[in-house]
Amino acid sequence: MGSDPLLAGHIGWVVVLIVVIKVIVAFIAMMVSVLLAIWIERKVISDMQNRIGPNRAGPFGLLQSLADGIKLFFKEDLIPERSDKFIFKLAPYLSVIPAFLTFTLVPVGGIVHIFGHTTELQVADPPIGILLLLAMSSISVYGVMLAGWSSGSKYPLIGSVRASAQMISYEAAMGLSIASVVLLTGSLSTRDMVTQQLGTFFGFIPHWNIIRLGVIPFLVFIIAITAEVNRPPFDLVEAEQELVGGFHTEYSSIRFALFYLAEYMNTITMSAIMVTMFFGGPDGPDPSFLHWLWPIVWFIVKTAVFFFIYVWFRAALPRLRYDQLMDLGWKVLIPVMLVWLLVVAAMRVSRPLGFAMVGLGIVGGLLLYRAIAVGRDRSTARELARPARAELEPPRERREDHGDS
Amino acid sequence: MIATVISVPQLIVFIVSVVIIAIGGVGLLSARYPVHAALFLVMTLFGVAVLFIEEGAEFLAAVQVVVYAGAVVVLFLFVIMLLGVDREEITSFAGDTVRVALAGVGVALILAELFIVATGAWVTGAHAVAGKLSAGSNIGVLARSVFTTYLLPFELTAALLVIAVVGAVILSRRMSGVAQPRAHESREV
Repeated sequence: MGSDPLLAGHIGWVVVLIVVIKVIVAFIAMMVSVLLAIWIERKVISDMQNRIGPNRAGPFGLLQSLADGIKLFFKEDLIPERSDKFIFKLAPYLSVIPAFLTFTLVPVGGIVHIFGHTTELQVADPPIGILLLLAMSSISVYGVMLAGWSSGSKYPLIGSVRASAQMISYEAAMGLSIASVVLLTGSLSTRDMVTQQLGTFFGFIPHWNIIRLGVIPFLVFIIAITAEVNRPPFDLVEAEQELVGGFHTEYSSIRFALFYLAEYMNTITMSAIMVTMFFGGPDGPDPSFLHWLWPIVWFIVKTAVFFFIYVWFRAALPRLRYDQLMDLGWKVLIPVMLVWLLVVAAMRVSRPLGFAMVGLGIVGGLLLYRAIAVGRDRSTARELARPARAELEPPRERREDHGDS
Repeated sequence: MIATVISVPQLIVFIVSVVIIAIGGVGLLSARYPVHAALFLVMTLFGVAVLFIEEGAEFLAAVQVVVYAGAVVVLFLFVIMLLGVDREEITSFAGDTVRVALAGVGVALILAELFIVATGAWVTGAHAVAGKLSAGSNIGVLARSVFTTYLLPFELTAALLVIAVVGAVILSRRMSGVAQPRAHESREV
């Protein structure tokens, strides 16, 4: 399966061994990078907030997250009495496993030779490629949703309902911006996306999708996946001021640690996916020595930059209100991305058609905006003209339909 | 005949996913809580997705997970949670002899139909157990046929879905009355 040359011919024991090694290495790398990521996040945020941050365990507090992990392991594992026991235990795994499975898609480096076999430096390269990302992100909704529901408590339930609404809403925008990348690549495979982005314009501007697609799909994607993984400023799911701790309020000990792990795994994976889709993946300058190492270095550097941007978001941006979140998703990102998808498709046909589509999109958008404004004014006018009888009656029916619109 | 069509690893995958599908199906019917039933449904859908992959239909597998497991069942769960029907419900027909007998006849009929479809060629004109459609992935083939041969049905389906969405929005708006305050002024979630 897939286009990995390793799996093309006869599959012997050595091939199986290589695949197992790849999985284990990826898993360990993920764990170590989560430990480092938590440390970096705490340190960077402390720096931005004029604090010192963790500095006791190990040099520069490097071992702080390890110490926290060990502490969480030995804490008491509480299961609330009114919870649904089995689902309560199941939910953390439903968060962690998709987070890791998505990472298997990411091309970490180039093509290497090992034990007389040729293989790609990524765990899996299935033909459905990036669709697996969509599938996994829709599965990870379950983790959050079931965690909140099975806790048998009020605030976690509200948090999880928020979370699932948010994740489903932003999945659409994310899917559309992925579709624009797929349209340009002509393939769903992440490896093909990376190889398509090799080379340069005029010898010095990198031939990356962020430039080839215009910046808009990238902006939509980074906003959408920030909401998708519930990172600030879209962390309404665990808004401490309103919901105690959100969907994982009732979780303690190692189960809480699993949610924490999943969040950071998701953040790192999404940074890596962003690098793969828009920034050429492991593409970068290649000095003539140590040929296999440089792509990995470039990949790690780029991913780290995006992780840093996430931390920066968290330190700099206030949390959105729930209706602002929904407005942004449905009324801004999805329409913009739909129009831009048309533009990308038209650009694939010919350049004049593409620019015509840009103009058409702007004109259509303005018309639609005007139409909505006129309609809103009219309905407000009608509302004002009506006798104020509605105010005198108790609002019986109104209560119900305030939920979600 | 089976031994010539599939290899041992494929057979193992097949058996495991069929067992998962069966457990999910039986669990869906026998679960006491609606949420558990929905989760068993997810299990069944996953098993079917694995079978799709084994048949070389990776795109169908992905769509199965994204659409059915990721959207449809999530909406089921959403409704179950919002409406608060997450308590035990009596859905068993046990004791009702007529219903049990009718259900038995229905199951027997479906099994017979499955047998005929799987072994005979006169329903679809081709043997159902025909092996893979093509070697490796069929995403390109699928895309080409959807966007060339079946373009009109595809576009009509898209139009139908848009009409359904717009209709749902209009219906829900009309039901809730005209004098509804703007959403963000009254939001209390």
